[in-house]
Amino acid sequence: MTAMTLDLSGTEPTPFGRLLRVELRKSYDTRAGRWLLISIGLLVLAAETIALAVTTVQDEAMQFGDFVGTAAFLTSFLLPVLGIMVLTTEWTQRTAMVTFALEPRRPLVIAAKAMVGVVLTLATVVVSTVIGAVCNALYGAIEGHVDWTFGWSDFAAFTITQVLAMLGGFALAALLLNTPAAIVVFFVYKWVLPGLFEVGAQLIGWFGDLRPWIDFQMAQNAIWDWSHSAGDWGELVVSGFLWLGVPLVWGIWRVLRAEVK
Amino acid sequence: MSISSGATPALGHSLDISSTQPTPFLRLVRTELRKTWDTRAGFWLLLSTAILTGLVMVIQLWVVLVQDLEVSYNDFLTSTNFSIALLLPVIGILLLTSEWSQRTAMVTFSLEPRRPLVIAAKLVVGIALAVAAVVIALVLATVCNLLYGAMSGSEVEWDLSVLQTLSFVLLQVIGMLTGFAFAALLLSSPAAIVLYMVYSFVLPSIFGIGAALIGWFEDLQPWIDFNDAQTPLIDATMTGEDWAQFAVSGFIWLVIPLAIGLWRVLRAEVK
Amino acid sequence: MITVEGLTRKYGSFTAVDNVSFVCQPGRVTGFLGPNGAGKTTTMRVMVGLTPPTAGRVTIGGHLYSDIPNPGRHVGVLLDASAQHAGRTGREILELGARTMGLPSSRVDEMLELVSLTPVEAKRRLRNYSLGMKQRLGIAHALLGDPSVLILDEPANGLDPAGIRWMRGLLKGYAERGGTVLLSSHLLHEVEQIADEMILIGNGRIVAQGDKKSLLANAGDSVAASFVTALDNERLAQALQAKGITVAKAGEGLRVEAETVEVGRTALESGAVLTDLRSAEGRLEDLFLELTAETQREAV
Repeated sequence: MTAMTLDLSGTEPTPFGRLLRVELRKSYDTRAGRWLLISIGLLVLAAETIALAVTTVQDEAMQFGDFVGTAAFLTSFLLPVLGIMVLTTEWTQRTAMVTFALEPRRPLVIAAKAMVGVVLTLATVVVSTVIGAVCNALYGAIEGHVDWTFGWSDFAAFTITQVLAMLGGFALAALLLNTPAAIVVFFVYKWVLPGLFEVGAQLIGWFGDLRPWIDFQMAQNAIWDWSHSAGDWGELVVSGFLWLGVPLVWGIWRVLRAEVK
Repeated sequence: MSISSGATPALGHSLDISSTQPTPFLRLVRTELRKTWDTRAGFWLLLSTAILTGLVMVIQLWVVLVQDLEVSYNDFLTSTNFSIALLLPVIGILLLTSEWSQRTAMVTFSLEPRRPLVIAAKLVVGIALAVAAVVIALVLATVCNLLYGAMSGSEVEWDLSVLQTLSFVLLQVIGMLTGFAFAALLLSSPAAIVLYMVYSFVLPSIFGIGAALIGWFEDLQPWIDFNDAQTPLIDATMTGEDWAQFAVSGFIWLVIPLAIGLWRVLRAEVK
Repeated sequence: MITVEGLTRKYGSFTAVDNVSFVCQPGRVTGFLGPNGAGKTTTMRVMVGLTPPTAGRVTIGGHLYSDIPNPGRHVGVLLDASAQHAGRTGREILELGARTMGLPSSRVDEMLELVSLTPVEAKRRLRNYSLGMKQRLGIAHALLGDPSVLILDEPANGLDPAGIRWMRGLLKGYAERGGTVLLSSHLLHEVEQIADEMILIGNGRIVAQGDKKSLLANAGDSVAASFVTALDNERLAQALQAKGITVAKAGEGLRVEAETVEVGRTALESGAVLTDLRSAEGRLEDLFLELTAETQREAV
């Protein structure tokens, strides 16, 4: 070992798959992370069970899609929180120093984290669908009739909107790099802004025309409807660029340049 | 192997505490107040609450002027629902949880081991900030209403009573306290913020669906839905039954988490 | 004076501190010595009421910590210099402490000067502090209230050599004026030079306590040794061996199992020219390692 230069020829760069597996592991190997994932699972279970109990007691008509939709309503709050924490914990717990020392190609680390968010979202979708199927079967057994209406298009729309919700949180997290701030801004964006848009659209004429182009949540209806209008998809792209693309790019630019402390 | 030095305690080795005054409560309050703005994060949270309040009102003023709408003093005040009502609970949460996330609780509780007093001081600071926020909102609403009168030429309407102002104060203080109670229960900023947001945005619609579907739940809901119970406070129309529902649901959402949380904080090992 | 009586702290089935009793006298620096995870920090946390004990108790000057009014004026505490808000400036951290204790701001400036933090450094936020600067700030915070008892957990951690010397002088002077000092460390050399009294802890139990002399006297059976280097090592070794003294090669010189005086005499008699002669200082270290052997992570 007298060489004055490091012999790098025999060392492979860290493969992306390995980064992904490590990042996935980080999402559940702390108590906080595990509880976030468990509470998402429990919430799905509770929501669909309550829906089953209420509808059978009240003799309400239910479809497969209704059960899954109930779960989707609730997971759409926690998945973005997951997306936020995947990124911000590296800063709050100061692990970013270790992470970026082991893999200085920061874009790959960020990409791996985003992929983890997507993987966990898909897992949530599968869990909600399975529990929904069980609940619907039970509903059939109790009520004597069962409706399995939940087409592939609904399923795809469900999956896509959940992934978008998660990425929305991820983008805000990248922009703010601060857990409480990102969570507050996310809930404002999700709950307060639509109300303001609505009021604005009613009061101001031109704002009513502008709104579809800047209201990302409304634009996502195009996915559920599998709209045939190019305008709807255009609105989705423009508003998505505004709410997902801009913060994500800006945030990643920040992460890449940031001094890691 | 064990070696003893045979240390014999000498005389006069006790601490003379007779002339030391216990830390006065007011001093604790002042220190806790200082902690809310002496970091960049805390300072900006307070400042953005004020800026957001101003911004929302200015936008409102601009919209009503452009669209030639009729508004009153109260309309300006209720728009704070988008600013103060949203951020005060977050301030309440961070007041408590930052001691844990930044691990300053170790220093705080070693300088004042009477933990209930520290918590009480934080609570007083939270209430003081809520009152300060209300005062700012009242001043801004007054200014906006005057500007509205001057610029629109319509008659300025001052539909505000003492009762309504007090209700408004109570409403904001309760919002802050609810955040504080959730924070004491969970001692984690993200968990407490998510719980608060779910409580204030998601739960009402779930309660609504439940009440629409199930008969007995509809009767129960007013007694357990704290958000709903506060609605009459907004226009100061609380009746006897409203107050009863307010008290019962408030007990569930405010008193119980606060009690469990305090019990936890007082017993917790501080790391 | 700090009195620890029968202190035990368990976490489930794990016993962090096991029936520990000792006394820290005023006017002396007491060193609390043990390997990583021996229970030093837990003991100190119980002292200041941050961790409730499972059994036993700690009194400071005859009082439980929680019974001391305005405790910062009586007991200076530094447990973890990093346990401060990363977004506060160093000065602000001291300012908050001073306000809680009811002290004027001038006291903050005094303390900053005492620990050699410049006004510019004091304006920086804690997240930009080096470990040594945090440690200085923590010592300043502990001394703010002019306490008569100091409890410091690993205060020398991260300090540069000059800083360690400065702290040594500071604490010695403090004890000479009648203060009680308890400081912990996992480094023998650090404690050896500063402490009048040592408490050795391993696996949650006290394995030995006393001053340096009595510790070594009681260690008894370990043989004195010297390190010696001569121009002609060979001749000196032969002369020593002729007296029945064990000699071994060590680096450029020899390790001799005899007092330095015996080695010097032999050198004189044999006419060997010595270039270096000193006592092998490893005895206390040997003792420390021996006493805590069961609790060491590495085989000794």
